[in-house]
Amino acid sequence: MYRYDRFDAQLVNERVAQFRDQVRRRLSGALSEEEFRPLRLLNGLYLQLHAYMLRVAIPYGTLSADQMRMLASIARRYDRGYGHFTTRQNIQFNWTRLQDAPDILADLASVEMHAIQTSGNTIRNTTADPFAGVAANEIEDPRIYCEAIRQWSTLHPEFTFLPRKFKIAVTGAPDDRAAIKVHDIGLALRRDADGAVGFEVMVGGGQGRTPMIAKTIRAFLPKRHLLSYLEAILRVYNLGGRRDNKYKARIKILVHDRGVDAFRADVEAEWARIRKAGLDLDEAELSRIAAHFAPPAYDDELRNPRAYADKLRADGKFAGWTRASVAAHRRNGYAIVTVSLKPEGGVPGDATAVQMDCIADLAARFSFGEIRITHEQNLVLAHVRQSDLFDLWRGLRAHGLATANVGLIGDIIACPGMDFCGLATTRSIPVAQQISTLFADLERQHDIGELRLKISGCINACGHHHVGHIGILVVDRKGAEFYQITLGGRADENAAIGKIIGRAFAADAVVGAVETIVNLYIARRQKDERFIDAYERLGPAPFKGALYGTG
Amino acid sequence: MSDQIVTANRLADGRVVFLTEDADWSARIADSRPATGAAADLLLSVAHMSAADRVVVDPYLIEVTLGSGSPWPVLHRERIRATGPTIDQSPIREVA
Amino acid sequence: MALVRDRRAVEDDWIALNDGAPAAPGSSVIVSLERWRRDRAGLAASVARIGVRLSGDDAVADIADALDTLDLVALTFPAFSDGRAYSMARLLRERHGFRGELRAVGNVLRDQASLMARCGFDAFELGAQVSIDGWLTALSEISVCYQPAADRRGTAAELRHPSL
Repeated sequence: MYRYDRFDAQLVNERVAQFRDQVRRRLSGALSEEEFRPLRLLNGLYLQLHAYMLRVAIPYGTLSADQMRMLASIARRYDRGYGHFTTRQNIQFNWTRLQDAPDILADLASVEMHAIQTSGNTIRNTTADPFAGVAANEIEDPRIYCEAIRQWSTLHPEFTFLPRKFKIAVTGAPDDRAAIKVHDIGLALRRDADGAVGFEVMVGGGQGRTPMIAKTIRAFLPKRHLLSYLEAILRVYNLGGRRDNKYKARIKILVHDRGVDAFRADVEAEWARIRKAGLDLDEAELSRIAAHFAPPAYDDELRNPRAYADKLRADGKFAGWTRASVAAHRRNGYAIVTVSLKPEGGVPGDATAVQMDCIADLAARFSFGEIRITHEQNLVLAHVRQSDLFDLWRGLRAHGLATANVGLIGDIIACPGMDFCGLATTRSIPVAQQISTLFADLERQHDIGELRLKISGCINACGHHHVGHIGILVVDRKGAEFYQITLGGRADENAAIGKIIGRAFAADAVVGAVETIVNLYIARRQKDERFIDAYERLGPAPFKGALYGTG
Repeated sequence: MSDQIVTANRLADGRVVFLTEDADWSARIADSRPATGAAADLLLSVAHMSAADRVVVDPYLIEVTLGSGSPWPVLHRERIRATGPTIDQSPIREVA
Repeated sequence: MALVRDRRAVEDDWIALNDGAPAAPGSSVIVSLERWRRDRAGLAASVARIGVRLSGDDAVADIADALDTLDLVALTFPAFSDGRAYSMARLLRERHGFRGELRAVGNVLRDQASLMARCGFDAFELGAQVSIDGWLTALSEISVCYQPAADRRGTAAELRHPSL
């Protein structure tokens, strides 16, 4: 993974010093709150319901064991002993103090981490496929380009005060595990007819108040033009995006209002004028970055190749865990492991400092010291020998990290909601816990099969409910929490926005409603048909009927 | 006229605080000083001066009911601010 | 309100004219785009130097063809959060080769100093509460640039690979 050189280190250290001075000026009164707020947001520090929340960037969702240990240390020293992994592959600490923030950032800088631009109307963390580098059908590791984008977008003087926040996601394989079609810009690595590598460029996806699927404005962009093309898109947006209405300020509204053809024409015209201006990805720089993402030193020969199969036969619990957690690796004898942060009745995406240290140790032992975060709030160990899976599983079990529900109904994605977040109008975690508890039985979860359930505590949709197979938006009606259910959302390469199924449910009915939906699926599914497939075949009508007794 | 109290977040650590009898700030809602109408507005002005003094950030009025105990917020959000997250943060059972 | 140019506080030798106000002969005036459109010839006949002030709603293209008749362009930041002027500044410098004074006016705060300088501004009307020292300090707080901009400072990529 990428390691800072002296330029990267210098920038981050200077940024810490700059912020330390800004905090000093705030605490002394030289800066008002109004002047200080955008500055602290540019360093990822929100003032939430109970405390300052610090959102630390995990660039393209990859971090080292040492970095994870530092996050554990920060959780212990400056917070309440835990952290929350988000749907944008970052981590949030809920209980920090402004006076500690400069020291936290200094600690982060010491392990090549930062919180730059994790908030504010700037270009945010560029996210990536958590299986980058190890998926069998990958064209190139998308993280190489994410790192190029990270540097280009960091402290970009022209794009620090955009109309609104800006999110980019990149995939390198045909499967979309990064939800690129609901990002402001989605980039998918592609090959053209001659085998040259480039990007399909999609613009205008997003969730929130007006969810939209991104539109392709360029089917193939040669990869060396990536940054200049992004610059053209951002400039068109910076000049043309709405600034009069915060709810209509994302680029998706601009694309929608202008029409995709006119928008494309604007971008291409701007790009034609800047493409030679020194932004092309230089081969030398690209090679320098790419070298950091070379495959690790995999074994030439498999150690103990029969051990894995033997253990699967011998231990049913282990086998059950592998069903949910282990995915095929491009390299024979290796495996990709997804670690669920969704224990029964737990807070989705939370990890204690002890658990973070455990993951760091296991990553160091079994996965070349590398960890990834997914947009579904789980962790990935991407380079595990099959022969080590049993020992890894036992290590995870010891710290409550072996819940075998990855991708199943218990693997709930939820925002922090009104228990923590100042923007939320309702709570999201309690209903997540209730559903998790109701469906705790693993046999049942495996029988139901793949089902992505996502919950948001307000219209901002940080829980990604619009792209849940089952989505729940919690809404406030005269002080009571009601639950609006959507069905049929998808975050993959066939991305779709879920449709509201009918009237919202009261608190005492929502979990029953989810159960009704699941039971209907089980009753009507065809062989090997996942929930989402059955929904697409059957349409909403039978579900409406079961829920509301109509027709 | 409804009863109101002033709340804010402390500048240095972000913690929820309430304006007290002594124009001070306490993390305990029981210490808050309720008022109505113009008197409540006056308390808010006092609070804004405190904000200018870098003690708190963005003070505002919230509606409360006055029972036998301490003032109790009407809005769910403000109850959560007063008492903390409503959830159990330890998982019930580790499923392995 | 101080005017900073070339890293020093200087006297402002320009007058910002309201749309209806007369222009004193031989003066240096900054006028709105609307007034400039209406009264270009008249101004050119009487004043010594002409500057045009653009808002974020104006387009750089509106003055692009006349830049060699302008000694100053002022770009407005109505709120510091309105970042359109950053793009406009770069277009004026990099696309249209404007060489005159490019002045930041409006909500010009210390912590945007280096962003503005990098986008090509070389004069700044600082808000009342902004100290010169603070402004100058802010200009050099971050020494590393990842991306090229109007100021042509060497980027990290260029410094990493000197043969570029």
